[in-house]
Amino acid sequence: MTARISKWPGKELHADDLYQAKVTQVRFRPDAKYAWSAGEAMSRFLEELQQGRLVARTCRRCKRVLFPPRMFCEECFRPTDGWTYIRDTGTIETFSVSYLDRDARRIAQPILVGVVSLDGASPMMGMMHYFAEMTPDQIRIGMRVKAVWRPPAERRGSVLDIAYFRPLREGEA
Amino acid sequence: MIGAGMTLFRRRLQETGKELCYEAARMALDSAGLTLADVDAVVSGSAPDAFDGVHMKGEYLLDGAGGYRKPYVRVFTGGGTGVFSTIAGWWHVASGLADVVLVVNEEKMSSCQPHAQSVFAHIWDPILDRPLQPNLVWIFAMEMNRYMTVHGVKKEDIALVAVKNKRNAVDHPCAQLADPKITVEDVLKSEVMAWPVQRLDISPPSDGASAVVLASDEVIRKRRIKDRAWISGVGWCIDSTMWTDRDLYFPQYVARAAKMAYKMAKIGDPRREIDFAEPYDPFDYKELHHLEGLLLAKKGEAPKLTREGVTQRDGDLPACPSGGLMGVGNPIAATMGQKIGELFWQLTGQAGKRQIPHEVRTGVSNGWGDLMQYGSVVVMRA
Amino acid sequence: MRVGIVGVGMTAFRSSTPEYSWKELMYEAASRAYADAGVDPRTQVDSFLTCAEDYYEGFGIFDEFVPDQIGAALRPTCTVSGDGLHGLANAFMQIQTGLIDVAVVEAHSKASDITTLAGVVEHGLDPIWNKPLGGHPYIVAGLEADAYLRSTRTPARSLGAVVSKNRRNGLRNPHAAYGADVDPAQALASEERFSPLRALDISAPADGAIVLVVASERAARRLRADPVWIRGVGWASDSPSLETRDRAAATYARLAAQMAYRLAKIRAPAREIDLAEVDDRFSYKELQHLEALGLARAGEAGRRALNGDFSIDGRLPVNASGGSLGCGNVFEATGLHRAAEVVLQLRGDAGSRQVDGANVGLAQSWRFVPSASGAVAVLGVGK
Repeated sequence: MTARISKWPGKELHADDLYQAKVTQVRFRPDAKYAWSAGEAMSRFLEELQQGRLVARTCRRCKRVLFPPRMFCEECFRPTDGWTYIRDTGTIETFSVSYLDRDARRIAQPILVGVVSLDGASPMMGMMHYFAEMTPDQIRIGMRVKAVWRPPAERRGSVLDIAYFRPLREGEA
Repeated sequence: MIGAGMTLFRRRLQETGKELCYEAARMALDSAGLTLADVDAVVSGSAPDAFDGVHMKGEYLLDGAGGYRKPYVRVFTGGGTGVFSTIAGWWHVASGLADVVLVVNEEKMSSCQPHAQSVFAHIWDPILDRPLQPNLVWIFAMEMNRYMTVHGVKKEDIALVAVKNKRNAVDHPCAQLADPKITVEDVLKSEVMAWPVQRLDISPPSDGASAVVLASDEVIRKRRIKDRAWISGVGWCIDSTMWTDRDLYFPQYVARAAKMAYKMAKIGDPRREIDFAEPYDPFDYKELHHLEGLLLAKKGEAPKLTREGVTQRDGDLPACPSGGLMGVGNPIAATMGQKIGELFWQLTGQAGKRQIPHEVRTGVSNGWGDLMQYGSVVVMRA
Repeated sequence: MRVGIVGVGMTAFRSSTPEYSWKELMYEAASRAYADAGVDPRTQVDSFLTCAEDYYEGFGIFDEFVPDQIGAALRPTCTVSGDGLHGLANAFMQIQTGLIDVAVVEAHSKASDITTLAGVVEHGLDPIWNKPLGGHPYIVAGLEADAYLRSTRTPARSLGAVVSKNRRNGLRNPHAAYGADVDPAQALASEERFSPLRALDISAPADGAIVLVVASERAARRLRADPVWIRGVGWASDSPSLETRDRAAATYARLAAQMAYRLAKIRAPAREIDLAEVDDRFSYKELQHLEALGLARAGEAGRRALNGDFSIDGRLPVNASGGSLGCGNVFEATGLHRAAEVVLQLRGDAGSRQVDGANVGLAQSWRFVPSASGAVAVLGVGK
């Protein structure tokens, strides 16, 4: 930008300026809470999770099996046709080995997380979830995995009713 | 475009959001030789309200942005806003409804405590994603890993982008993250955050604001404005919310936005007709991802171009000559100054030490945002 | 080049919609609009605009959650952080550039998903000057109402006339959530809340979604015999600061209307506008807005309301739809709802709330507490 400008606006602060109140500040915590209606598709999805099943919707026009399920096909823009169960086995499409928790704090034991595309759904249709019973050196894109479900009494109708996905073993479908 | 301005990009700035807007807007108007009275309409761009801690923050910022008693509107397309608000400004003028438009983008991530990261907990689907307590970096890690694996890209190649951009940024007066000595080894040795993402692959939160002034060609002619660059093409596109159903190795939505912009700009062969680019680079691998999305490199080819020096400032296709977000900083929507602003300054020969050493007449920039979903593209010409 | 509205889709407004997610609500409105316009969103729409605010939705970047249910996956889409009429104005401009032929504007409210609505509204207050005072954010409306009534010498009982008219009009509107046979005395006797505003002066929140399909003249002719033309649009913002803005007069509405009238070539709005749908989220706003829009002289709106001038068969029907008082407060969807109602009126499709012989209508919105921003659209049929 114009070489004429020598002083660019902005006064830099350091963390201490804020945390030790060296600058005047006002603090406020908003009261913003929500309870979203899950709607038809997600309600059934959650109920089925509690039963230890993964459910999808079908669209007869594009012939896809849509997962996560939805009441409308976003490609064809028409209502989806029916419910169908899919398998709880699948393939790792991508993953990360995370040394950060949700608030960006460092953790010693990494979280293995990624996207698993599920057998029975259309190609690449999947969900994000944790991976375990494998090391950071073992996890790879293309690995075949299977869901490990929590005991029925512990399921609450949540994606966490699956504890994680583990490597598919010899002889498993 | 007849003027541009921006503030420093820093992790924390003392100025309020309104003051940041004012500084950038005033600089842009001064550089165009205009005052607020000359402005017919104001467009603002800003990303999550939660950063600044005000609901409807567009309303809160509007006086600082020059919107007092004027037609004023805010647009918000996540990280795409840095480039998208210029597109909204463009249609204000190109529709004939306004002759002079001021576009002001602002972001104040430092007001969010304890860390701006916490806001990113709220960008995920509440049923499908949030229960897993995801961290924002996971998005980038998963996309980066997919891109690397599909094309066999090594971390060394990606690190070259961080090195190029942080070194380029030494010449940017507003840069937060410039480093003249950084090496590939530094990047590869930096702390692993969420593999494959390491600390030096990332551009951290920033505060900042930027502004541009757009005018109709009639105004430019009447006022004989010499420092101007034309918006030749605009394009924008959003992909499906269901990001777990998409193959993340290629940003389809950026390609569609680019095709829309190139069509309008009558560009048939982008690799040959585009002289330089400011692809959105909040992470180093994103520059590669977006060079391919912008159809400036074949799928999987961007690392090779980088290795061969094609994207250096003196290369055949300079990418992020400004230093990019990696070098200058990433105050989300305010990156307009570093992206669109750079197109303007390069095309009008005002980029100072960053000026590309050969003649450039056509440049392109893209914004990127939402859940790996949004592409906004602007083509500008001298 | 002219721009027209060729499709309208609305869900019914309800106090809560527990069986739908916000996506499913949007899908319904969009489906209705596309059926009405005879348009396939996947191939015949060039641009999609939604009007939303993160804190009303409960997300950090609401833009992420809009495309699939309106047919916008892998299509040009954007979020305007504004009222539905701000979205309509931007769609209008997009089409006027020649780049876009058909645009879709969407807005909705799923206020029932917000469990701390007052907290969300309060979060819009200035963090340094106003938030520390605490108190319910609607105090801002009370202060403004007081300033308006005093400065225009409007009798408080005109507010009762507004409430009664709009609640009763709501009974004629199958979309309305709060149609009721409320008489003025009842409104005036309702519990004082944010004086001078009483309980019945305040619109209750509702869920609902609206989608409009907007087209260039060329595309509109292809799709429908009688598009409703957007003759003019305007929008403006007064100071965001409560302390330095015009409190008694809705300056933002005056400026927005000036812009819209200029484009629409309307010189005498009170004579040329056949019906108006204006923001009445708080009853006094209807009167304040009518004066700002030049549809009533300063200080006269209240008296005229008491005379019945603004009823469906009055000299200037205002909020024949029932307004927000009768239909419900649908937040950022309010202006789009009003525009949709004007379209239905101008098409002759407004059922038992039809205003006879309407050719030119005005829709106006405000961005609610604590903003001083709003937009206007002038719509017309015929040449």
